[in-house]
Amino acid sequence: MIKTGAQILWECLEQQGVTTVFGYPGGAILPAYDALKYSKIHHVLVRHEQGATHMADGYARASGRVGVAVATSGPGATNMVTGIATAMLDSSPIVCITGQVGSKLIGSDAFQETDITGVTLPITKHNYLVTHADQVARTISEAFYVASSGRPGPVLVDITKDAQQSSCEFDGKPIKPQLPGYRPDLSPTPDEYKQALELIHSAKRPVILAGHGIILSGAMQEVRQFAERNNIPVGLTLLGLGAFPASHPLSLGMMGMHGEAWLNQTIQEADLLIALGMRFDDRVTGNLKTYAPNAKKIHVEIDRAEINKNVKVDVALVGDLKAVLRELLPKVKSQDRHDWLSYIDRLKGDVAVRDIQNLPDNGHLYAAHVINDLWRETLGSNTIIVTDVGQHQMWEAQYFKHEEPRTLITSGGLGTMGFALPAAIGVKAARPEAEVWAIVGDGGFQMTMCEMATMMQENLKVNIAIINNGYLGMVRQWQEFFYDRNYEATPLLSPNFVKLADAFGIRAVAVAQRSEVVPTVGMARKHRGPVLIDFQVEQEDSVYPMVAAGAALHEMIRRPNPLEETAADV
Amino acid sequence: MLNTFVVYVENKPGVLTRVASLFRRRAFNIDSLTVGRTEKPEVSRMTIVVDADRDQALRVEANLYKLVNVLFVENITAKPSISRDLAMIKVSATHEARSHVLELANVFRARVVDVAPESLTIEITGGEEKIDGLLEVLRPYGVLEMVRTGIVAMRRGTKSDETAVPATSGAGVATVASDDNVSYSV
Repeated sequence: MIKTGAQILWECLEQQGVTTVFGYPGGAILPAYDALKYSKIHHVLVRHEQGATHMADGYARASGRVGVAVATSGPGATNMVTGIATAMLDSSPIVCITGQVGSKLIGSDAFQETDITGVTLPITKHNYLVTHADQVARTISEAFYVASSGRPGPVLVDITKDAQQSSCEFDGKPIKPQLPGYRPDLSPTPDEYKQALELIHSAKRPVILAGHGIILSGAMQEVRQFAERNNIPVGLTLLGLGAFPASHPLSLGMMGMHGEAWLNQTIQEADLLIALGMRFDDRVTGNLKTYAPNAKKIHVEIDRAEINKNVKVDVALVGDLKAVLRELLPKVKSQDRHDWLSYIDRLKGDVAVRDIQNLPDNGHLYAAHVINDLWRETLGSNTIIVTDVGQHQMWEAQYFKHEEPRTLITSGGLGTMGFALPAAIGVKAARPEAEVWAIVGDGGFQMTMCEMATMMQENLKVNIAIINNGYLGMVRQWQEFFYDRNYEATPLLSPNFVKLADAFGIRAVAVAQRSEVVPTVGMARKHRGPVLIDFQVEQEDSVYPMVAAGAALHEMIRRPNPLEETAADV
Repeated sequence: MLNTFVVYVENKPGVLTRVASLFRRRAFNIDSLTVGRTEKPEVSRMTIVVDADRDQALRVEANLYKLVNVLFVENITAKPSISRDLAMIKVSATHEARSHVLELANVFRARVVDVAPESLTIEITGGEEKIDGLLEVLRPYGVLEMVRTGIVAMRRGTKSDETAVPATSGAGVATVASDDNVSYSV
């Protein structure tokens, strides 16, 4: 049957199981939009193309399926750049479809022409320029395969206007991707397995570093069995949260710059690090020269290029984590490790006293209290938290305990402010049965708050919790610690968020007392539509502990003695 | 140290940009890069010389494999191989100097490909050292212009038919590349 490139595009997306796309129309993509009338796919009209990419990203992270964003050429495409880079650094499978000027016009600086495949070359896993209708089907098939296999990532498909308009024969049969150079299915050698087992069995003080790869590979059960059988404590990266239950006795919480002090100490004293699906990011390691100085390292990772990139490892097992652990598990001996675990317990006890949860209620509203209360209130229900970037993100990671994978969606690698609201909309579109909360700062929220209109148009219920401290809080914290309290460009005058939400038709409340937190959260959960809560929190609170950039992982800036602090406050 | 990679890529538009962009983005130092056709029309072959230590060389290889259009990568630095560079050197050669220059060209088995009243253009093929050697002795006469192709390289003996991506990672099992093992030929 003869069909246009535009019709083939939507049919191929349907074949890939796509039900929802997030996009914004424009001249060069109009033929595709016109052909949408033949398709069952639901199109979500965003307010800015960056929002479309974050929605596709949130959709992908919440569901494990590929998220799809659509935009026109030129500014439409360049507005996607931040979202694409976000997905790239966090290994999120999205496919971005952009319109391009007619193939005859390429290179002529035509209206709304940008070389978007050139622009996105270093921030996509792969990208394509399609100039004929007969390339559409093959390209979409390859794009989805590349985006979702191996280490997932964003793929951009740029389709010229004439490729959308012209026609070719299309029989509707799925096309198998032909990528002779693409081999995402590596596996370790028997010898490498043997070396890893020897290190595990001879270790006295091992620790598992659990990352995002566990969730991407679906290896939660295998990791749990592995940790339990050999009694190895588990520390998590930010994106790993949820990969191992926070309430599990072997869980040590989050590691790194704002990680738990006992865990950072544990890593520094360990004699074996078992890194599972993580990449030794600088926020996790601190100073590399002093990182885990006495530890041997095993790195299980699907991306071979990550091996020995930041941290030199002793054994690398390159392959899909779930498959690797399944191979390894039957050969892992049971070990007791009583001394090591009770030593770590002592570390925990020593530092827990400084925890903000142990501060007496002095009438101030602390962000950590808000987040911890939200966690208690939503405990046991199917809740997904989407955070923005900054202090509130770290407090979320510390005080909201994630038991299940894909219950925390956050921009880790790129640290993209403005991520939360659009990503949360994508999450809700993918998981309508879940209770979705966007936790945002007053700064980041204002970067993409226009997407409240998208949320209302789509009739999606995402509750928004603004942690409003009147500052770009994390930057202010750095200025406090490292720039002599010179609060340059960080005080933030915000609009009245309650009135603003009202204009979008969203119910909103401001909260300034701790006693109001629980009732307001309860109201928000019961209300049929979305609710925005403006939590007006302590302005100059900081996230502790903190490993300063370039410092060793165990050299942490600690919360000042809580007793002294309380005295000062009173 | 210099590492020589032979890289087979799909013969498609933009592949050279992807490879070059990778080296720039990961801050790997390219010494030379050549690209050309192979015996298969759908495959192009690159010879890339990179200044890298052992770990970096492994990461160059792993990162090249991450490019979807890259078919096969081989670090031939430590393997018996032939490498060739071609240079054209335009050297000032007035009446008195001309016979000296011709003599030097002969010694290096180079060919004169253009003769002009005030200059000679010499073509030389060989390993990098050989060309460097000729350049050095010609410099006193005045090198007016020079162009070099960069290294093209090939393993000795039967063709390595392993032009598919290996299924095992081979991460960490590096054949240690050392300068002593490199086979130079003139």
